[in-house]
Amino acid sequence: MTDARDHESHENDPHEGESSQNLPDNPAGSAGAVPESAEPIADPGLPAHAWRPADVDPAHEKRAERQVAGMFGLSAVCVILFLVAYFTLDIGDDHDTVGGLGASTVALGTTFGLALLLIGIGIIQWARKLMGDHEISELRHPARSSDDDRKATLAALNAGLEESGIGRRPLVRNSLLGAVGLLGLPAVVLLRDLGPLPGDVEDDQEYPGAGLERTVWTKGMRVVRDVVGTPIRAADLEIGDLVNAVPEAFFEVDEEGEHLIEGIELQIAKSKAAVIVVRMEPDEIIPGDGRDNWSVDGVLCYSKICTHVGCPISLYERTTHHVLCPCHQSTFDLADSARVVFGPAARPLPQLPLAVDDEGYLVATSDFLEPVGPSYWERG
Amino acid sequence: MSIDTSKVATSNSSAAVAKKPGRAGVVANWADERLGLATAMKKNLRKVFPDHWSFMLGEIALWSFVVLLLSGVFLTLWFNPSMGEIHYEGSYDQLRGVAMSEAYASSLELSFDVRGGLLMRQMHHWAAMLFIASMMIHLLRVFFTGAHRKPREMNWVIGCLLLILGTLEGFTGYSLPDDLLSGTGVRAADGFMKSIPVIGTYMSFFLFGGEFPGDAIIPRLYTIHILLIPGLLLALIAAHMLLLVYHKHTQWPGPGRTEQNVVGFPMLPVYAAKAGGFFFIVFGVSALMGGLLTINPVWKFGPYDPTKVTAGSQPDWYMGWPDGALRIMPGWESEFWGTTWSWNVFLPIIVLPGLMFTILLLLPFLEAWITGDKREHHLLQRPRNAPTRTALMVALMTFYGLMWAAGGNDIIAIKLHLSINQITYFMRAAVFLGPVLAFMITRRWCISLQRQDNEKLLHGYETGVIMRSPEGGYSERHLPIDTAKAYALTARDRDEASYVPVGTGGGTDANGIPAPVGRMSGLRGKLQTLWFADNVQKPTAAELEEAHHHAEHEAHELEGVSTDGHQLDGHHAVADEPLRRDH
Repeated sequence: MTDARDHESHENDPHEGESSQNLPDNPAGSAGAVPESAEPIADPGLPAHAWRPADVDPAHEKRAERQVAGMFGLSAVCVILFLVAYFTLDIGDDHDTVGGLGASTVALGTTFGLALLLIGIGIIQWARKLMGDHEISELRHPARSSDDDRKATLAALNAGLEESGIGRRPLVRNSLLGAVGLLGLPAVVLLRDLGPLPGDVEDDQEYPGAGLERTVWTKGMRVVRDVVGTPIRAADLEIGDLVNAVPEAFFEVDEEGEHLIEGIELQIAKSKAAVIVVRMEPDEIIPGDGRDNWSVDGVLCYSKICTHVGCPISLYERTTHHVLCPCHQSTFDLADSARVVFGPAARPLPQLPLAVDDEGYLVATSDFLEPVGPSYWERG
Repeated sequence: MSIDTSKVATSNSSAAVAKKPGRAGVVANWADERLGLATAMKKNLRKVFPDHWSFMLGEIALWSFVVLLLSGVFLTLWFNPSMGEIHYEGSYDQLRGVAMSEAYASSLELSFDVRGGLLMRQMHHWAAMLFIASMMIHLLRVFFTGAHRKPREMNWVIGCLLLILGTLEGFTGYSLPDDLLSGTGVRAADGFMKSIPVIGTYMSFFLFGGEFPGDAIIPRLYTIHILLIPGLLLALIAAHMLLLVYHKHTQWPGPGRTEQNVVGFPMLPVYAAKAGGFFFIVFGVSALMGGLLTINPVWKFGPYDPTKVTAGSQPDWYMGWPDGALRIMPGWESEFWGTTWSWNVFLPIIVLPGLMFTILLLLPFLEAWITGDKREHHLLQRPRNAPTRTALMVALMTFYGLMWAAGGNDIIAIKLHLSINQITYFMRAAVFLGPVLAFMITRRWCISLQRQDNEKLLHGYETGVIMRSPEGGYSERHLPIDTAKAYALTARDRDEASYVPVGTGGGTDANGIPAPVGRMSGLRGKLQTLWFADNVQKPTAAELEEAHHHAEHEAHELEGVSTDGHQLDGHHAVADEPLRRDH
């Protein structure tokens, strides 16, 4: 199929003469072709074939035959059991009956697995015990083509190229190359609509906060608890508390009770606007430049999205005010403008400036002043 | 077209002799008259395949790929690759009523409302693990035994491509259920892409169809996972197999096994039976694992939500080593002219894997360039007989292993009650020092093993018989190993036959002036010296002769003494026991 020269008789093999030109010398050093000192031990040749018990003892042979057929038979039994399990065992409500897995999954897996294994082991047992086990030897040939073949191929190639005139007509050749090369452009351009350009999102904002640099946070938007959506009073937080929070906009509904932001828009907005709210002793806070009035009674608000590659950070140690990202262990000091104290992140978590509204609930005084999440080329 | 009458005549006459042409004969004749199968098959039906347990590793990869195709097709019948939001109303109580993507909901349906669905999901995931793990171990086997050398370099390259495509296939596959864990991985992948200078943000927007997460990523990953990469994998596996058949399999040296032949069992029946039986075994083991061992229980993670994360989030193990590099990388970032260079992400997760993969791909060419060896090789080498090569791969493995461990720094810290900071600082140094240390230790270890081989050849094996001389000194007796074993030990090249020294390979031109020495030849010469330095060569015939003379003398002394340790303590009679049964 791939190697036409691949046969065991070599009388008419055209490559016989050159078969050694590319292959190393026989290490056995047959016929003293290599210096005697080079090969300390001559090749003793293939060892004699040893008969197996099943070859010489009919009882042994019968037993092996029974073993193989027995395994095939057991496999068939397993298939029957598989069918029984399929039609009798429930799934759904009983998904952890056996060792945390459903009885159906365990039974189907076991019977199916054994049915396959028994066939496999049976076939291999058959091969090992009963099939002929005479090792045979086949000659190798160099991977390269023979010189004759090379010559013939080159001649054919040259004849073809000559007849095409590709060498004599550079105009045709070069214009074809140019035209085919240009075909790459449609292939690339056609992919253009895979997505909007990063800049486009800024222009046609479908909802507040589209665009890499902005989030849905706006001046006066309440900071509400994640999942439940209740607003947060600064006084309700204990020293040392950490609350996962989101903008109130996520819970706003129109007159028909439909959420204003939902589905994919909500997922995109969440991936940038999620925050954590912490409260600590006000005198433990080291306010950053121009951030003196970003906190309320020791309550601080930071982006929950790690500045490394964008995982939501989650592990808070209240005594040190350190928060740790569970993905790559970047650690930020929330008392010190979320400075990076350890790990691969390069930037502090962006801080959301806080205030309280007339009713005493926490609100943002603006959007984040810098992009949240992982760094990107245009971020600056 | 001329008609091959001889064939017709033969088939006619044989058909006439039989009372009735057998059904199989009729079918075969029908097929051969149209496809010429007999010509194509006559050489390959009895093609010889050498036997060794280590040749089975690639087979595991091949068969687990077949299991992946079969179980994957089953999964596509129910899986819905859509990010459309729905409220789950299936059998799994804990998530009923929760808003989630259709991809996640259909993964739950497969797990809880399709009989055998969870089995197939878990089989698919386990088979993916087997696929990648066996490819890696197969790659190590090939390199350690020198099977990557000429003429098999291209098959090494194809194998490396299979490994990286398999890894990508795994990543795209486990991201599809759109659960919280895999979603966190996709989120990180978004961060990886954004770290690429100039085009990173565009790549992210094009892949996600806008801002992360968008609604396009799951359907796009699905197409990549079930069409694009499997197609490439299939084509490359076919090429890998065709080259294997063309080159014929490598074999271990031994009596009667040379560079010019291949010794083993014929394809039909033994090899076909063993390989075919092995397919059922791999399939069966995957089924048992799928049925008995929980893997990726997506229902426990919940649907993806960009504001949530689980502690201990980690990718599948084969993605672990770049993740480790990402974890121990210092937080470097620079800004130039309003642009951001995220070295802390770009270097470990984009540049480093690309660099390591390139090194892997180039290993056979690098080795051939250093040694200058242009011969074909079909006999395998024991790892010890190529100390520098073995040490090089062990160094790479150490680098990989340390990076992989760094990818679990949080788990190590928790389980072993260590400081995560100290583990990270340790790893930052260890990934550089560890491979160097591993290289030196492995190299010396190999050379010691070479010495031990020579020892065995020259002085025989240790019998365990302690003799006391009349003077009261003790010594252990050695006996020669049998010829077949001794031959196998010596059936390797001397190093001087394995390379072309720099400056001599180019030959001379018509005027007798040596070929110009290339600019890199100084470096090449140094590397060549280092590559072979301190290697132990096999003994010469003269050395062996002398040693045997000595050994015969010793054996003579031991004549009539059995060697099970009781020969001198009177436990049993030893008169007609052989010296040693079979060693």
